[in-house]
Amino acid sequence: MQTTSHNFKQNARDALTDVQLQKALSKMRPGFQQKRADAVAKLPEFEDLRDRGRDIKNHVLENLDFYLERFESNVIANGGQVHWCRNSEEARQTIMEICRSVDAKTVTKGKSMVAEEIGLNEYLEEHGVEPIETDLGEYIIQLRDEPPSHIIAPAIHVNKEQVVEAFRKKHTDLPPDRPLEEVGDITDEARTQLRPKFFAADVGITGANFLIAETGQTVIVTNEGNGDLTQTLGKAHVVVASLEKIVPTLEDASCILRLLARSATGQEFSVYTTFSSGPRRETDLDGPASFHVVLIDNGRSAMLGTEYQDMLRCIRCSACMNHCPVYAAVGGHAYGWVYPGPMGAVLTPSLIGIDEAGHLPNASTFCGRCEQVCPMRIPLPKMMRHYRAKEFTENKTTSQVRAGLGLWSYFAKRPWLYRQSTKLGAVLLHALGGKRGRIAKLPLASGWTSVRDMPAPEGRTFQQLYKMSGHGKKGDAR
Amino acid sequence: MSASENARPRVGLFVTCLVDLFRPSVGFATLSLLEKAGCEVVVPEAQTCCGQPTFNSGDFKDSRDIAANVIEAFEGFDYVVAPSGSCAGMIREHYPELFEDDPAMAMRAQHLAKRTYELTSFLVDIMGVESTGAAFDGTVTYHDSCSGLRELEIKTQPRKLLAAVDGTSIKEMPGAEICCGFGGTFCVKYPEISDKMVTQKAAEIVESGADYLLAGDLGCLLNMGGKLKRLGARTEIRHVAEVLAGMTDQPSIGEGER
Repeated sequence: MQTTSHNFKQNARDALTDVQLQKALSKMRPGFQQKRADAVAKLPEFEDLRDRGRDIKNHVLENLDFYLERFESNVIANGGQVHWCRNSEEARQTIMEICRSVDAKTVTKGKSMVAEEIGLNEYLEEHGVEPIETDLGEYIIQLRDEPPSHIIAPAIHVNKEQVVEAFRKKHTDLPPDRPLEEVGDITDEARTQLRPKFFAADVGITGANFLIAETGQTVIVTNEGNGDLTQTLGKAHVVVASLEKIVPTLEDASCILRLLARSATGQEFSVYTTFSSGPRRETDLDGPASFHVVLIDNGRSAMLGTEYQDMLRCIRCSACMNHCPVYAAVGGHAYGWVYPGPMGAVLTPSLIGIDEAGHLPNASTFCGRCEQVCPMRIPLPKMMRHYRAKEFTENKTTSQVRAGLGLWSYFAKRPWLYRQSTKLGAVLLHALGGKRGRIAKLPLASGWTSVRDMPAPEGRTFQQLYKMSGHGKKGDAR
Repeated sequence: MSASENARPRVGLFVTCLVDLFRPSVGFATLSLLEKAGCEVVVPEAQTCCGQPTFNSGDFKDSRDIAANVIEAFEGFDYVVAPSGSCAGMIREHYPELFEDDPAMAMRAQHLAKRTYELTSFLVDIMGVESTGAAFDGTVTYHDSCSGLRELEIKTQPRKLLAAVDGTSIKEMPGAEICCGFGGTFCVKYPEISDKMVTQKAAEIVESGADYLLAGDLGCLLNMGGKLKRLGARTEIRHVAEVLAGMTDQPSIGEGER
């Protein structure tokens, strides 16, 4: 997928002036946030589950090789295959080969962020295979030819009118007089379009929320049931999953499932939770003839043992972005790649590099709400700060910021000099504030005064006044 | 150590760089509140800044130097108190982290971290203050600054003390826990995003109908105050310490001489 993360600032500006987008984003607070809060309030053991979830994933990450191999041997025992792929290119080729092996013309797809990450749809199209997204949100953005702007609500930036417009444009068999006013009409139309495609597809591709080592199963959660149709009806079922999706046991998956939907949508459980245990067996009534797990590294193993290892606990629930005030201001597309919001601000530079994605870990106020709601207790602000430190030590911080920081720390380390300069600063800024007590325009601080006034200082520093008041003579000067 | 074990605890006042430069009256209000609560208060002259601007910009080396200066200046007190959840959070949560690879300094950092408090939580949780005995006429809305709220769990303490102020009533705004868009250098690095956040915050402050906006962190107050004044809102802005200490003679934040 093409990235525009380096252009975050301009992307954000565009997003802030996009009236329709802003309207869509304003629904985050009463929507996702309230629903999660209600769901969490109803489960007294939620905080304990978070600890357990974190511990399970930490254990996996410390023993990843062991669990991955165990997973593979159980997939094979179930009659399936695991394909180990180091990067996007290997993963795309592997999937294409599977498609070729069944002479595939079309593939249906369940929702998968890692498929977005490896740019699967474009690749399949280039090689003559038509991918059809079957999650409604994904289907809409596929028609609109744009990337998802959210990891569980990919079309959150689109309004109903835009959906109707996309349907009318792309569904050429749709009679112009057929009403599409109600949401029900729209979902009916999507269902009408998708139903025959499920039956016609040669291959079904899904992601995975979990890979269970002890059973060799893969797990998806959906609310539409599209994943089940996708994976059951094709000749082959391909599961694309990144390697940190592994959990040791069914019990571990259950524990994290209890966290997942509550954190994501505020549901106790998703409508469908589907466990896939390999290809169709002799006694099965239906199912795919072959079962493939395409296991993708794509930069993740390089995160092990670094400051960013904790990020691999992420279960893609989206709670962090649902509660992020920056995401709420600019939406997901501004982040410029697959993963938006706080998790994207850590994962994106980890996967595509700090040169491309340097803005993302900087564009945070460190308000800490993401960490507060993260079911896996990922210290997102801390890792963003580490990326800022990486930029700083590699001399990639802008010269303006560097100069400002250098000046600040020069004075902050020299208390006497600091006191003299703040005395001067207080007088000058106070004078600039005049009788109004605030400064409307300050050339060296235009980032501040372009959007708000700067309240003026009172005129003298605390240290100065404290000394004058006679307080400071009791031997506390050092 | 509880207050009863030591009748007159010795407190080092960490003024914070913003209070020192912008609003010394908050420093004096803090001093007065601490003294009234029965503390002996000392203001080390060698203090400058807690190091948060450099720390959050990824300049860990300079942050360590600045932190070392703070650790040095504030050694030997029973407690260190700051009229800011953000600076207290920096010292409590992040100083030990900064010196992870330097055991000797890490020990000193932890020692300081353990006895450092934000003002309202110190008064309520440590000194057991129920009322500051102040009077202040007006309705106030309280913004929960992020670091204080999420790093130090400060939520009830300022409200408890405000409820005891004679003549003051609290009108909560809906998004009191949502970031105002200050974020230190964030607000100047990404002014448009910051503006979007603070504009929404300002609207909710005005909608609350309160006469005053209060908070425990001057950074957030300068941001929200600057926006409210730019928008021409009539809301007045003060640090919670001013109201709790009954020291409200100074013009409010962003206002000139009356």
